[in-house]
Amino acid sequence: MGNPNVGKSVVFSRLTGANVIASNYPGTTVDYSKGRMRIDGEKVEIIDAPGTYSLEPTNRAEEVALKMFKEADIVINVIDATNLERNLYLTLQILERDKPVIIALNLWDETKHLGIHIDEKKLEEILGVPVVPTVALTGEGIKTLVSRIKEAKSAEHIKPTSDEARWIEIGSIIKKVEKVEHKHHTIYDIISEVTIKPVTGIPFAIIIIFAAFWLVRIIGENLINFLLDPFFEDIYKPIMMQLSKLLGSGFIHDMLIGQLINGEIDFTQSMGILTTGLYVPIALVLPYIIAFYFTLSILEDSGYLPRLATLVDNIFHKLGMHGHGIVPTFLGLGCNVPGALATRTLETRKQRFISATLLAIAIPCMAQTAMIFGALGKYGMRYIAIVFLVLITLYLIIGLILNKTVKGESPEIFLEVPPYHRPSIKAVSKKTWMRVRWFLGEAVPFLMVGVFLVNLLYFLGVLQWIGKLLMPLMSTLFGLPGEASTALIVGFLRKDLAVGMLLPLNMNPLQLVIAVTMLTIYFPCVATFTVLLKELGFKDMIKSTLIMISTAISIGFILRVIFFGIP
Amino acid sequence: MVDKMERQGIPLVDIPPGQKARIIHIVGGVGFKHRLNIMGIIEGKIIKIITRQPFRGPITIKVNGTSMTIGRGMAQKILVEVVK
Repeated sequence: MGNPNVGKSVVFSRLTGANVIASNYPGTTVDYSKGRMRIDGEKVEIIDAPGTYSLEPTNRAEEVALKMFKEADIVINVIDATNLERNLYLTLQILERDKPVIIALNLWDETKHLGIHIDEKKLEEILGVPVVPTVALTGEGIKTLVSRIKEAKSAEHIKPTSDEARWIEIGSIIKKVEKVEHKHHTIYDIISEVTIKPVTGIPFAIIIIFAAFWLVRIIGENLINFLLDPFFEDIYKPIMMQLSKLLGSGFIHDMLIGQLINGEIDFTQSMGILTTGLYVPIALVLPYIIAFYFTLSILEDSGYLPRLATLVDNIFHKLGMHGHGIVPTFLGLGCNVPGALATRTLETRKQRFISATLLAIAIPCMAQTAMIFGALGKYGMRYIAIVFLVLITLYLIIGLILNKTVKGESPEIFLEVPPYHRPSIKAVSKKTWMRVRWFLGEAVPFLMVGVFLVNLLYFLGVLQWIGKLLMPLMSTLFGLPGEASTALIVGFLRKDLAVGMLLPLNMNPLQLVIAVTMLTIYFPCVATFTVLLKELGFKDMIKSTLIMISTAISIGFILRVIFFGIP
Repeated sequence: MVDKMERQGIPLVDIPPGQKARIIHIVGGVGFKHRLNIMGIIEGKIIKIITRQPFRGPITIKVNGTSMTIGRGMAQKILVEVVK
């Protein structure tokens, strides 16, 4: 265990190799990973505890870290050698509790660039437990760490004390073991300052955000073009065509394969469970989820994310969240499901509620963006711009309103801004892989059940029936043809299907703008819905849903009045 | 008397970026103080103000070689004196 951002996970993955399971701590939403390693031929279990600054928890992740600490037989305390003073606070607390401890003095190589000299032997002597310098990124020192684990022991001479006394103790330890040469500003220091000062930081942030989206697009498109599309077209399609012939026509064929377009399966239009139902999540959405997670991991591991959170905190705090609210928003642009899962990182119920509701209303996922472009692209960028402008305005206005009306606390930002590190591709890839796997485990079962239920409702005609009931309202309230109601109701649960139903209605571009905007706002897809239900709980989800629907209706009406006048 | 003297000082929010300041007093409950203490924000410590975000945004400071961002409201409760 150790502070956040000290390379704990890299040390962990060095110790365990490939066999790692990411799981949820029972009864919480805190994730941790677990693996196995061998010490002298003996198999032991090793756990990567959530990062914490102390053993007196201030949030749920730290509570979990404390519980894990209590259950552990041996504690490997990972310390950032470039930041000894702050890290020693947790170390002293750990040593006060009489558990066998070994210390990994990580990021050892960086101390040299920074002109920091630490006498690790002296530190070992003072603390009374083994201290091993490591560079987890390259693997330096890891062997020594493993071989000395059995020397781990408790420090009997260190007794529990107060905050003040602990800091005084730390001060005296630092004086004995650490010498800092006159520090010249390193390039990292300069970049660090430039990227957090508003004048230079904001333009820089805009560049980084554009670069991030560019990277997402490159990764996503390449995965689709060179991996998934060839797989679906060349390998999967022939199998499905055989199945189609085997099934003949009828209910089961329509349910599993869907409609044949010109005698062929069209993965975007056939709409069967095994065709479009698998193609959209696996070949269209998953590549972008991978791309977004990968990009987020780079932003995190390089240390940029806390700076971005600092720069945007201002806006997000006024919307009832804080700077970290940008994470669910960013992920949500790929797919709302990982976005919804990321709302967990916010501290209070109020923050999570606002973040989730805004995500569902105003953040179009990749599939929705494709839908917006697909429906409006041929009429020109002007109409697409209207849709996005409406969404951005809604995000801000609804955020402001919810911040004022939702009960509960919205604590201020309080986070460490770690020094920049060069991210390791290996660690980033591993993190991405673990996140994607975790996402698949969390989301896919729900997605399957949801898609199945919706298809059932659709085939039983329930959705169409509700649509018919609402037909008379369409033209009065929203200036749309009556048939649009069915599309909107179906879109409650499947957006891809809804667009296909809107297009044959021969609407003019402005009508399409209204329909598409409403479709984006008023409901997330069924997968997001089920995940949000799990994250927010039944009561809050009902509230959130009511907000979504009333927003969609009001916006539809307002746009109608703006475009076509009062009915 | 001493206690009253200690309570004086300027809120951290009023210190311009680039300046250094010594923490004189932290206003607030035990929990709030403890949260700051863990991070090394403790009475007597010298901190450097790195930057302030505009429009009542958060403040970034450096303590013990660690930079951190804290909200305006919190910075309002940290009373300091300027160190040359």
